[in-house]
Amino acid sequence: MVNLNIDFAGVKFKNPIITASGTFGFGREYSAYYDLSQLGGICVKGLTLNPRLGNKPPRIAETAMGMLNSVGLQNPGVKGFIRDELSFLRQYKTVVIANISGNTVDEYAQMAQMLSDAGVDMLEVNVSCPNVKAGGMQFGTSQEGVASVTQAVKASSNIPVMVKLSPNVTDIAQMAKAAEESGADAVSLINTLLAMRIDTATRRPMLYNNVGGLSGPAIFPVAVRMVWQVAQVVKIPILGMGGVMTGDHAVEMMLAGASLVGVGTACFDNPYAPIDVIKGIEEYMVKNEVHAASELIGKVILN
Amino acid sequence: MPDKYICEVVYNEQLADDVHSIKIVNKELTSQARPGQFIHIKCGNERLLRRPISISSITGAAMDVVFEVKGEGTLWLSKCEVGSPVDIIGPLGNGFTIPDGNLIVVGGGIGVPPLLFAAEAAKGVVTAILGFRNKDRVILIDAFEKECSSVHITTDDGSLGAHGAVTVPLTKLLDDNPHSAVIACGPQAMLKAVAKLCIAKDVSCQVSLEEKMGCGVGACLVCVCETSVMGTPDMSRVCVEGPVFEATDIAWGEQ
Repeated sequence: MVNLNIDFAGVKFKNPIITASGTFGFGREYSAYYDLSQLGGICVKGLTLNPRLGNKPPRIAETAMGMLNSVGLQNPGVKGFIRDELSFLRQYKTVVIANISGNTVDEYAQMAQMLSDAGVDMLEVNVSCPNVKAGGMQFGTSQEGVASVTQAVKASSNIPVMVKLSPNVTDIAQMAKAAEESGADAVSLINTLLAMRIDTATRRPMLYNNVGGLSGPAIFPVAVRMVWQVAQVVKIPILGMGGVMTGDHAVEMMLAGASLVGVGTACFDNPYAPIDVIKGIEEYMVKNEVHAASELIGKVILN
Repeated sequence: MPDKYICEVVYNEQLADDVHSIKIVNKELTSQARPGQFIHIKCGNERLLRRPISISSITGAAMDVVFEVKGEGTLWLSKCEVGSPVDIIGPLGNGFTIPDGNLIVVGGGIGVPPLLFAAEAAKGVVTAILGFRNKDRVILIDAFEKECSSVHITTDDGSLGAHGAVTVPLTKLLDDNPHSAVIACGPQAMLKAVAKLCIAKDVSCQVSLEEKMGCGVGACLVCVCETSVMGTPDMSRVCVEGPVFEATDIAWGEQ
């Protein structure tokens, strides 16, 4: 019997697998396929202070082993989430992480307080959404921006705060350090890579929003590299994500330095992906005589 | 419940240039499926995203899906050999509400196939109006003739049936028989014209929409369409709230 438990920023997870924000809604849809209590945690669809309708379609385009999306944070707003979704999620024995995006530092602080009071387990502060004009990535691409949002969220909440970092920067490790120095309890990475595709027949971008975020297996090696780089410079734990499709991918992410691993786009290929990834980690551990999943964190053997 | 099923391909036929029909067998899947629903098909291991394709007919444990080869995924599917397994999530979506009385099904191009399943399920008199680009693109006419009391064909170039749009025969049919209900599937411009006509004549009209999809189950919010229910604008998921919508709920002006 292997031990999959992970203690992450003071929160206990029964296994290292989290469903990544934006790929799992508020859990309702996939609850028809399996018991959500099997998951280490659920990171909910990105929330904003007020409801948003998001961008016009098309919002998706396929790429070589990946996809672009430009949903633009369609969501019912923090109040709508607390009123209509949180009690549903609370039926399950899994960690609930609320992902928040603000237009201003003050909006982040307001949302953090509301969600902290409502009893979510952890906050994921999105400073890296590539699909909205204001907010999101504008905070995540400078150390000052990351610091100001992190400090405001920490001051307004009493639950662990994780900052979701953008890969669309020169040095993601510096952003992670800025988050840590500002009081973040953890970091998560990577959000999607800003990308574009053009239909040669119409000469128009494939997304209505022209550009969008690249996810899926295509970005996995970039994510592993960034997790590894961040793990070299921060002491706070890392939730690693980006193109994880299998248990072996998750183990790779942990070896690079991640304590938890997000599964996102893989759900579109296979609704059971998060469950299959958990099983895959267990199989790896049994085969390689690893007794506790926590023993894998950062254990890459460098050349 | 919809689920992920491995199904066997038992038949694969080319119906027209770039249009294929495959028959798959899986009793659990077919026993749940309703007209207007779709299945989400994994088209090989080289592509990340599944392809949503509407169900065109069900006979026992066998299901037909008809699709146009538009890219690499559908090209892969068109080459599926008899006896090979395909990975399917379904049945998905809300499906048509089949009226008790007379029904007119209006289809355009690759929007025609799901209407066959609706015609099979209808209890009243069914009339079909099927529009195509030209005579070489015409599909499934024999099957519709079996299920419908009459079938009207239109082509854009007049090479078969009436020359012009499906709204010409539809206007006449609705004038003669104003108590029919309409269900339609086809290109956006055709759906808009059919919807406007039905709304003007106060005829019940359901439209089946198409949009590029991600998860297919309602979690990712990429396949939305602009709707307006009681004057409140919204973005509705084609995979869950649709693919079938009341024509009056779509924000046609915005598309």
